Amino acid sequence: MPPKNASEGLLTRQRPGFDWSKLVLNLALPVGGVLVALLIGAIMLLALKANPIVAYSAMISGAAGSLSGVTQSLVKATPLLLVGLGICIAFRANVINIGGEGQITLGAIVATWFPLTFHTWPGWILIPVTLLLGFLAGAAWGFVPGILKARLKVNEILSTIMMNSIATQFMYLLIRGPMMDPAGVASGTFLAQSAALPRQAWLPRLVPQTMLHAGAIVAVVLAVAVYFFLWRTTIGYRIRAVGLNPDASRHSGINVPFYQALSLTLAGGFAGLAGAIEIMGVQHRLLDGITGGYGFTGIVAALLGSLHPLGVIPASILFGGLLVGANEMQRSVQVPSSLINVILGLVVLFVSGSALWSRRWAARRKSSENQEEQVEP
Amino acid sequence: MNKLFSFGVLVKILTTMIPFAAPFLYAAIGETFSQTSGVVNLGVDGIMLLSAYAAFYTVLHTGNLWLGLLVAALVGLLMGLLMSFISVTLKAEQGISGIGLYMFGLGLSSLLFETTIGTVKTVNGFQPVNIPWLGNIPVIGPILFQNSIPVYGAFLLVPIAWWVLEKTTLGLRIKAVGQNPAAADTLGISVDKMRYFSVCLGSTLAGLAGASLSIALVNLFQENLTAGMGFIAVALVYFGGWNPWGVLGGALLFSAANSFQLWVQVLGIKVPSDVAVMLPYLLTIAALTISVNRARQPAALNKPFERGES
Repeated sequence: MPPKNASEGLLTRQRPGFDWSKLVLNLALPVGGVLVALLIGAIMLLALKANPIVAYSAMISGAAGSLSGVTQSLVKATPLLLVGLGICIAFRANVINIGGEGQITLGAIVATWFPLTFHTWPGWILIPVTLLLGFLAGAAWGFVPGILKARLKVNEILSTIMMNSIATQFMYLLIRGPMMDPAGVASGTFLAQSAALPRQAWLPRLVPQTMLHAGAIVAVVLAVAVYFFLWRTTIGYRIRAVGLNPDASRHSGINVPFYQALSLTLAGGFAGLAGAIEIMGVQHRLLDGITGGYGFTGIVAALLGSLHPLGVIPASILFGGLLVGANEMQRSVQVPSSLINVILGLVVLFVSGSALWSRRWAARRKSSENQEEQVEP
Repeated sequence: MNKLFSFGVLVKILTTMIPFAAPFLYAAIGETFSQTSGVVNLGVDGIMLLSAYAAFYTVLHTGNLWLGLLVAALVGLLMGLLMSFISVTLKAEQGISGIGLYMFGLGLSSLLFETTIGTVKTVNGFQPVNIPWLGNIPVIGPILFQNSIPVYGAFLLVPIAWWVLEKTTLGLRIKAVGQNPAAADTLGISVDKMRYFSVCLGSTLAGLAGASLSIALVNLFQENLTAGMGFIAVALVYFGGWNPWGVLGGALLFSAANSFQLWVQVLGIKVPSDVAVMLPYLLTIAALTISVNRARQPAALNKPFERGES
């Protein structure tokens, strides 16, 4: 969370030079949170009569011990990074977007429907247009709670959660009805999934014989772009100003509700893009469970990355690895991979709880700075 | 469509609506206490899931329903202590810590379910208790007075919660720390203590909400049993304007929408059934849009309290 009383530093004067001690603190708290969560996970493993050392080494070797493990981890990191980038934008405006799941779903629906309908288009035009439409679909799903918050002060946490459920039901309606795979209908299996995308709409593979696709590059490029957007453009500056101090922003003429709605719309767009990339790069068809829980895990990645677009890159790779490693752990020590969700929940609790220390530390340093200024005439 | 609006179906909808309002009531009345003291506990759904599992597991192994309720309440209390420690003592952003608590409860209940139960089983839950004389009234009797004890308890909770919040010193103090914590602090009311109490009470009631689901209404446990009911319960508090009676109205409305969609599915009416499933969620958004009774919103809602900060 953006520390509220650090607003002076960001809004009025930027300290010259790079703030190394701030970086160290921003690293130490999340890393500490993850370590404590893993420690509690180890205690749970003991309670489940599994050897934590064996379990965790299975996790590490599953995620990083082979080419397929590493590429799988990066494949899972891609949607986490994209969702996390959107979360960064929203949380920086102090808007809490829990709607990632629904926004991913909408992006996935549109990114399935469009290539199936325009299946004669060549890939070089079909892929970018589909990605853009996926972004727009997610953005539209984020815009609804955004405008409700801006105009009617509807609590965005609750409305985004409800939008998740509506999106899931909407997807069920489609894959059991109009979008159901005609092959499944013809053969009588009636599987609740869409037809496969035409080959030219599939994202190109980066490493042969692996699942790693071009979407990973898109995500990293966008992370840099979001960094520049938030810190080097007027709109980005206003989004952060609204989050740090809405009252001061209002007094300086910034349209606070507009920027809140905008940040939620952009967050939705990034989640929608994650859904489109998941369809075009991994699943190649729309089916139940397409979101993979990335809407929630992406929040954890963003928090762990200290809501900094570049910090989300290592955080999402870490969680991508944890998700892949958890499956290996399930195979080797027979502990359900849902243990990873417990650990993720604990990480969120610890990271949000540790914000107190970074706030207090900032306040202490501010007061000591003031004393220094008094000494220097 | 004609089938849907017949008298018989209406009665059926009403007979599911009353009992299924119970989990909403427990959770939303609990959240009312928490929010009145200034703490939004978004982890209600996670608490419900873990307690629903705990109650179900206890009943599956001991057959003792009351012990199941007690265990669920204790699990709720422990989750409440965790939430208050993070949100009150460590002053975390409540929206985030609540989501963390939700993910923790969802993950842990799935993990425990997979390792200790494995497949979906059922238990003999609380049986309907016919209230003498009242239960025999035609139509109304079976709807209102032939329910299980946890369901009666949920409806009894409404006047009790109203009385505590509006007519007792305790209620006044809870409101004070939610409206103006700095002023309450100068008057010698411990803000942290009142918030701990309210969050823990709310979480204990969320625990009962989970138990009412798993050992009184559906009598089974599966992964993500609540399917977001806890979040709807949080929304009901806004809808009810932080007033137990308002919450009751909201809970009945949502339960009605829920049973409507259940019966539409059961009767196999194709066209509206896909849309009807979305109804409770659409209704929640609509309710949040029209519930403009914000004058009652606790002024310090969502704001951690730190001495010396205005």
